[in-house]
Amino acid sequence: MVTVSETQPAPLRRDRSKGVLGGVCAGLGRRLGIDPLILRVGFVIAAGAGGTVVILYALCWALMPAAEGDGRPLMARAVGRRESWMVASGLVLLMLAVLLLFRAWGVWVGDAVVWPLLLATGGGALIWRQSQGAAVVDAPVRERARPGGGAGLPRRVLRLARPSLAIVAVGAALIVGAALVFLWLNGALVPDRDVTLAVLVVVTAMTLILAPWWLRLARGLTEERSERIRTQERAELAAHLHDSVLQTLALMQKRAEDPREVAALARRQERELRAWLDARPRREPGASLAAALEAAVAEIEDAHGVPVELVAVGDRRLDERAEALVAATREAVLNAVKFAPRAAISVYAEVRGERVEVFVRDRGPGFDLDAIPADRRGLRESVLGRMERHGGRAQIHTRPGEGTEVELVMSA
Amino acid sequence: MSTPPRVVLVDDHGLFRAGVRAELDGLVEVVGDAGTVGEAIECIVEKEPDVVLLDVQMPEGGGVEVIRGVAPRRPAVRFLALSVSDAPEDVISIIRAGARGYVTKTISGPELADAVRRVAGGDAVFSPRLAGFVLDAFAGQEGAPPEVADELDQLTAREREVLRHIARGYLYKEIALRLGISAKTVEAHVSAVLRKLQLSNRHELSRWAVQRGWVE
Repeated sequence: MVTVSETQPAPLRRDRSKGVLGGVCAGLGRRLGIDPLILRVGFVIAAGAGGTVVILYALCWALMPAAEGDGRPLMARAVGRRESWMVASGLVLLMLAVLLLFRAWGVWVGDAVVWPLLLATGGGALIWRQSQGAAVVDAPVRERARPGGGAGLPRRVLRLARPSLAIVAVGAALIVGAALVFLWLNGALVPDRDVTLAVLVVVTAMTLILAPWWLRLARGLTEERSERIRTQERAELAAHLHDSVLQTLALMQKRAEDPREVAALARRQERELRAWLDARPRREPGASLAAALEAAVAEIEDAHGVPVELVAVGDRRLDERAEALVAATREAVLNAVKFAPRAAISVYAEVRGERVEVFVRDRGPGFDLDAIPADRRGLRESVLGRMERHGGRAQIHTRPGEGTEVELVMSA
Repeated sequence: MSTPPRVVLVDDHGLFRAGVRAELDGLVEVVGDAGTVGEAIECIVEKEPDVVLLDVQMPEGGGVEVIRGVAPRRPAVRFLALSVSDAPEDVISIIRAGARGYVTKTISGPELADAVRRVAGGDAVFSPRLAGFVLDAFAGQEGAPPEVADELDQLTAREREVLRHIARGYLYKEIALRLGISAKTVEAHVSAVLRKLQLSNRHELSRWAVQRGWVE
């Protein structure tokens, strides 16, 4: 069974059910695919360093829509209209007012940090919003999943989203601006000042701008790879069904007038399909007693179009004696097929330590054991004789009208 | 049998349901059928049949899910699993969920009707294959000292003998005759085995299903 993980990026929503405060970190973490704990720790550390982050958190809380509810941010709901540029600019002004208020109160880390940080956050938000949108557009045309092997085969369309250039440009400009402002405010633009700081800031800005694409690319590659694997699986499944089931069905249509042949074909196909679905390692008929019995029964079913039910408990190595047992079983089943046509045949084999027992039972007419002429070699020679030669024994239980059971015992 | 048992058929293949309905016609009373887990639960709760013939493999959780959905609300309804699958893990999971037996879809109409009647009467129904599975799962502990394993974790010699006969293709009444016990006693043994299968803690029961096929 192929399981398909739906990896559509979650929309940016506050997750109040998993959140500690307002669910901002939980929501961000879900969107970015990282542990919210990391974000929380980051927030707390930053909050300890200066009060600005608290404001940032509050803003996020107000602006991010909650996962539940009407899906609109708190602010938008408060304003009572849909999000528009008016609301946005209003919010920016509001935020500015709050910031200036804090600045006047002295709860402030310093101009050199707050303003660039604000710009960078704005720019980053714009770019990330664009690029995280839809790396892969899912169109899961999912057939009904059949348990037990028949895989539901979803089809997916891989399409790269086209981010709006204008918004990305504004975002990038904001980030670069933030970097420049930061450098300028720290005096790093003046020659001979801290070059390391300048390089660091530039690298940070570039990372902020490029990271979304890099992430998207990585995710796209993973998607493509699993897509390829799925396609291969599908092709393999189709090939198998073609070679086996469809062939058999075609044959059965041709032989429709011969019920025995049809039954045999259906039975053989069923066995083959089961073996394939089970995905067990194929047991070679020569490998073990149970496998050899399976093969012998299958061969008789195919040749005579009679269903034979085999139940095997335990297993053992196929040595010379076990081979003799299999041959005797084969003969007993053939005998049942011959003298009890149309009757159900069951074979039960059980291995207990060194002792192996096989029962071949049919619900046919049964017969009078003593009335069988001595020259009828079938049962006598190939079953009884063979077992005795290999140190085992065989018994036939039958009476007219009661079916027949051949009991074969081989013990060390 | 005074009144024929009332039966609901659950299988996601409509064609198969129609076939079973035709085969059981006149032998039992089919009062409803359903093709999905949700439909099945609704139908069974409404119709309150004696026996549900339940497909093991269906989308959305299969027969196990149907039993889970119905059992708390209609504890009197009995389930008989009817499936093409003979994978041990499927068989064991449906029995452990509470099915009173397991037969394969190749079973004949009269045999199926007989199995339904037996399940309706409170007995368990083991097909030869299921008997083989159980013997296999509980194998290798005949000589184990009784204090080592929980008594639920092993079969008595008599239960083993009964199962062996089922695996050999004998009917209950034939087994009774051969072992010199009453048919009721045979049924009691089989029910005891079913209970052990459902309650036993033998970790082999789940593991063995996977390991089977890697013998030696």
